[in-house]
Amino acid sequence: MSLPITGNASLVLAVVFGFIFGLLLQRGRVANYNTIVNQFRLKDFTVLKVMFTAIVVGGIGVLVLHRLGYAAYHIKPANMLGVVLGAGIFGVGMVTYGYCPGTGIAAVATGSVHALVGFAGMLVGGILYALSFSWVNEHILGVAALGKVRLPDVTRIADWIWFIILAAVAAIVFYAIERLMPKT
Amino acid sequence: MSQITNMPNGGGGFLTRSRWNPYLVGIGIGLLSWAVFAIVNAPLGVTTSLSQWAGLAAEPVMGVEGVRANPYWTKDFPQWDYGTFFLIGTFFGALVGAWLSRDLKIEVVPSVWRERFGGSPTKRLAVAFAGGILAMYGARMAGGCTSGNGLSGSLQLAVSGWTFFITMFVTGLATAWLMFGRKRSSVPSSSTESGKERI
Repeated sequence: MSLPITGNASLVLAVVFGFIFGLLLQRGRVANYNTIVNQFRLKDFTVLKVMFTAIVVGGIGVLVLHRLGYAAYHIKPANMLGVVLGAGIFGVGMVTYGYCPGTGIAAVATGSVHALVGFAGMLVGGILYALSFSWVNEHILGVAALGKVRLPDVTRIADWIWFIILAAVAAIVFYAIERLMPKT
Repeated sequence: MSQITNMPNGGGGFLTRSRWNPYLVGIGIGLLSWAVFAIVNAPLGVTTSLSQWAGLAAEPVMGVEGVRANPYWTKDFPQWDYGTFFLIGTFFGALVGAWLSRDLKIEVVPSVWRERFGGSPTKRLAVAFAGGILAMYGARMAGGCTSGNGLSGSLQLAVSGWTFFITMFVTGLATAWLMFGRKRSSVPSSSTESGKERI
């Protein structure tokens, strides 16, 4: 069997991987409005714990796989104006919706009606983006477009040093959270 | 607080427990990303496929030709592909998870919202709808959402990923402060999961 798996077999795997992802989101309590909004109110750090842990664990593994030739990188272009504006809008949307797109879908499955209504909003948002894409592409995406760059490219700090830094920051932040925050 | 439901359901094992340790969940998502990168040569992502669904949703109004002619959907044309099946899996994973832990509940107005803005479903649903529009529009402009940029991008040390992660946290904090931070809620906080009823 050779990797990567493509074609119909990959569609079966897609369902399996998605299933695990949805299960983890639900059990991690991040498919939950209160958990997400309370993260941004700094009252509950579950979202940060899940995401930062996933980034460090996932990143170290994908780096090793990449170096061994088992994984390719999929870097999105750093169109800095587009990323900053888009992420800025996204942050407002995530707190008002109370979910991000992935956790929103998971929340719909657990019975959240407002997640379903927001899901309809996401489809509208997708249509609005497609309709305005020509303008955005012309006026925003090309501004400060750095290409598909990674932090090691722009900082000249090696990958493994980045992960030592990230792991250390994660350890300190998690320690502080566990010491300072009341147990939920 | 709002996390009353954290308590494991009486006598249940790991699979029926309502909540898993967030660090374990993070490790699980990290391991999942290894598998996804290595086995199907794809990052974890959500909104690329969602924008294809938006294309399908637009077809009754714009027509198939209209959608096909759109320069954005030419790039990511609506199709039954890996990303779409991944989202179907996500839905069922959360469904089965909630079913096993008896957390399937109809929720219209969540307790944190209710404490601040009251129990009106109209208000909550209107803001959720508007929020969904913003989240999707922003995610597409940025090239990905919390999964594609925040998680997959950041774990690859992508500049776009970390820029996204940090920026969305800043505006999210500001939004939460504007919505919830200015004054204490006048509605007494309830200790039960109000607004939720078991199915």
